[in-house]
Amino acid sequence: MQLARVVGTVVATQKHPKFEGAKLLLVQPTTVDDQPRGVPLLAVDSVGAGVHEKVLIVIEGRAAGEALGRKGAPVDAAIIGIVDSVDVTE
Amino acid sequence: MQLAKVIGDVVVTRKDENLTGVKLLVLQPIAADGSKTGRTLVAVDAAGAGVGETVFFVRGKEASFPFYPIEVPADAGIVGIVDHWDLG
Repeated sequence: MQLARVVGTVVATQKHPKFEGAKLLLVQPTTVDDQPRGVPLLAVDSVGAGVHEKVLIVIEGRAAGEALGRKGAPVDAAIIGIVDSVDVTE
Repeated sequence: MQLAKVIGDVVVTRKDENLTGVKLLVLQPIAADGSKTGRTLVAVDAAGAGVGETVFFVRGKEASFPFYPIEVPADAGIVGIVDHWDLG
């Protein structure tokens, strides 16, 4: 899993039926010290995250589909938690 | 599987219900000589690991297998604590 920051929302009317009712957010993966890392990506959200929140994302197809509660959904990333704190010792 | 050092932990209150009770740790992958290599990541813990320990972890859907039949939404999981390793 990766730490990320929610940077935006995405609206798409025409989409695969498995996306019906799913919330899509634009997330920027970050390092443990909150610096942006890599390119922003789209993730489905099933925990109620909002813009600016720090979240935990899973980048793997089947796990993302499970987070969405739908088997066989054509997704590869999902928000699985809202991060309260990250404690790194080194 | 890959070697890594546990460098921290993550607290997540609001989360996918299948993550309830699962420990989340921050990993720094390490090379065979023990030096840092690659990006840090967050992994679920299936081995009882703690901060400061050297572990090995698995990537992909297989990370959720130790929690079967609970479908934990994970893409990386700690599956062992390394006592030591030797290079031939």
